[in-house]
Amino acid sequence: MSEAAEDVKKPKEPLFSKKNKKLITDPLTDNNPITIQVLGICSALAITVQVEQAFWMSVSVIFVMVFGNLVVSLLRNLIPSRVRIIVQLVIVASLVIIVNELLQAFVPDVSEKLSVFVGLIITNCIIMGRFEAFAMSNKPFPSILDAVGNALGYAWILIVVALVREVFGSGKIWGFEIFGSNLPGEESGIYEMGYMNNNMMILPPMALIVVGIIIWIQRTRNKELVEEH
Amino acid sequence: MKALKKVIHNLDPKFEKGGKWEKMYPLYETLSTFLFTPKHVTKKGAHIRDGVDLKRTMFMVVLALIPCLLFGIYNTGHWHYELLSYTQPEQYGAYSDYLTGFGDKVVYGLLQVLPLVIVSYAAGLAVEFVFGFIKGHGLHEGFLVSGMLIPLTMPADVPLWMVAVATIFAVVIGKEVFGGTGMNILNVALTARAFLFFAYPTKMSGDKIWKSGTQEIAESNGGALPDGASGATALGDLQSFIGDSPVVAGENLSAAASNSEMLAKFGEAYDPIHAFIGMIPGSVGETSTLAALLGGAILLFTGVASWRIILSFFAGGFLFGLLMNGIGSNAYMELPAYNHLIIGGFAFGAVFMATDPVTASQTQYGKLWYGFLGGGLAVLIRVLNPAYPEGVMLAILFMNVMAPLIDHYVVQVNISRRKKRFKTKTA
Repeated sequence: MSEAAEDVKKPKEPLFSKKNKKLITDPLTDNNPITIQVLGICSALAITVQVEQAFWMSVSVIFVMVFGNLVVSLLRNLIPSRVRIIVQLVIVASLVIIVNELLQAFVPDVSEKLSVFVGLIITNCIIMGRFEAFAMSNKPFPSILDAVGNALGYAWILIVVALVREVFGSGKIWGFEIFGSNLPGEESGIYEMGYMNNNMMILPPMALIVVGIIIWIQRTRNKELVEEH
Repeated sequence: MKALKKVIHNLDPKFEKGGKWEKMYPLYETLSTFLFTPKHVTKKGAHIRDGVDLKRTMFMVVLALIPCLLFGIYNTGHWHYELLSYTQPEQYGAYSDYLTGFGDKVVYGLLQVLPLVIVSYAAGLAVEFVFGFIKGHGLHEGFLVSGMLIPLTMPADVPLWMVAVATIFAVVIGKEVFGGTGMNILNVALTARAFLFFAYPTKMSGDKIWKSGTQEIAESNGGALPDGASGATALGDLQSFIGDSPVVAGENLSAAASNSEMLAKFGEAYDPIHAFIGMIPGSVGETSTLAALLGGAILLFTGVASWRIILSFFAGGFLFGLLMNGIGSNAYMELPAYNHLIIGGFAFGAVFMATDPVTASQTQYGKLWYGFLGGGLAVLIRVLNPAYPEGVMLAILFMNVMAPLIDHYVVQVNISRRKKRFKTKTA
């Protein structure tokens, strides 16, 4: 084959080109859906009391987002633009129903605790936002990467917030007591020395404050994120 | 004095940019301006030159807090020995009298209150220094007052580590994230108190904490306080009037007691004179209306606080108290309105918390509205919300948030009035 023929052919993009890598890494840090775009805050406040719930919520969102982005991207040329929001809603709703059934079947107690918030994934702005902003105008593979990036960006914030809230709010990680028992009358570990769980951590405002602190750290590290006044 | 000043100012170059100890500038600046007026003064133009800077203003407030602090120390000791007079009558029987064992009471109070003050200052100043070093400025003076206010709003028995955690939270989240002294939205001392109130409710409310040593005394007595003794505050007792088992100072009233009987009992246990002087259990510095008013007089005399806020805060509380009397559907609502002003932290909040110049309204009319609504809201929360016996803290924090809104409308009203005047003139 001559070299000229090679040149005419559009060079094939490597599977994980710089652009594609950026699709995953950007939403993890400098374009995080929660801390930078401030989307999906509602569920971040509601289900971050315990790590277990936050973990399953993250898994659900990753699932819904990856498959949703994939389906929307595959159908992108078939969806009439006037009814595209409704089509996207149908897609995300069917995926959420699948997730909900799976959670109920395999982790029923978590499903009970998450209750309505699994259903509310449908209205999670991050998902609809990625469908609309990315999947509708990109090929399937980059769409999957974009979904993975954004869902992981959502997930790590959720789990970090949940970790802080569970450790200081209930003295546990994933339900295991790490500071000892705090049952009245039979305290052990540091509870014996007068330590007490911080009730404020259980209340939703503290999730907002913890997210705020993460935003603060992020902006201190990267001054470009700070808005001009 | 002059010699010391010379010595210190000779050190200046070493701390300034390029100097040997440049990194230590914040520390140096703090100490030198603490001792002498700042070196950088207005050089041009016609300005009034005054030695009063933020540090000196803040000191006036600390000075005004001294009566509350001193009374709080005595009061803490008094209620501790009052409880002991029930369990060890042969030794402390006479201590339930206010003046007997004055020395013992003061010593006990000092041992309880001073650690609170020290921890609050140490934690807060440490945070301030860290932020000062990061941002390269000296210690911000605002904390001089907050550091004294925080222990005065705590029950005397609160664990010291909680005070430290609350102080650090309040200074970092309540103040430094907004840009430091002068930029905060919420009153720092009240933020600390609210944090503890929601984070560790068992140490900040209920009837086991207001008299120092209640828990230990109850434990040594078999789990409950001896008959006749009570750990509740006046507000806690009033709150019980709404429920099924009204209590006054440890005495169970029958559920069938009429409203006027309950209030008569209440008047006996917390008569207005004692409540005004502050001889009631409560947080360290909040109980004495008299001491708060003394402090208020100092603040008004030196022009630090706004009389508009203080006056309208009391007026708001009184009028809403009267309003409650008018509705009068339970014994708490029928409580004579003036009682609201002298129990709990009402006066302390009005004089020291609501008048915080940073978080209060800035306009003259705005201050009147701010104080009036704050006082009114405090009484509303007290009487109508069964979850919170004391409403002053939440009312002031809420008004802190509302203050910019009030100012906005005051300014808008003024603008539209002047526009109208302009139109009628030209028409």
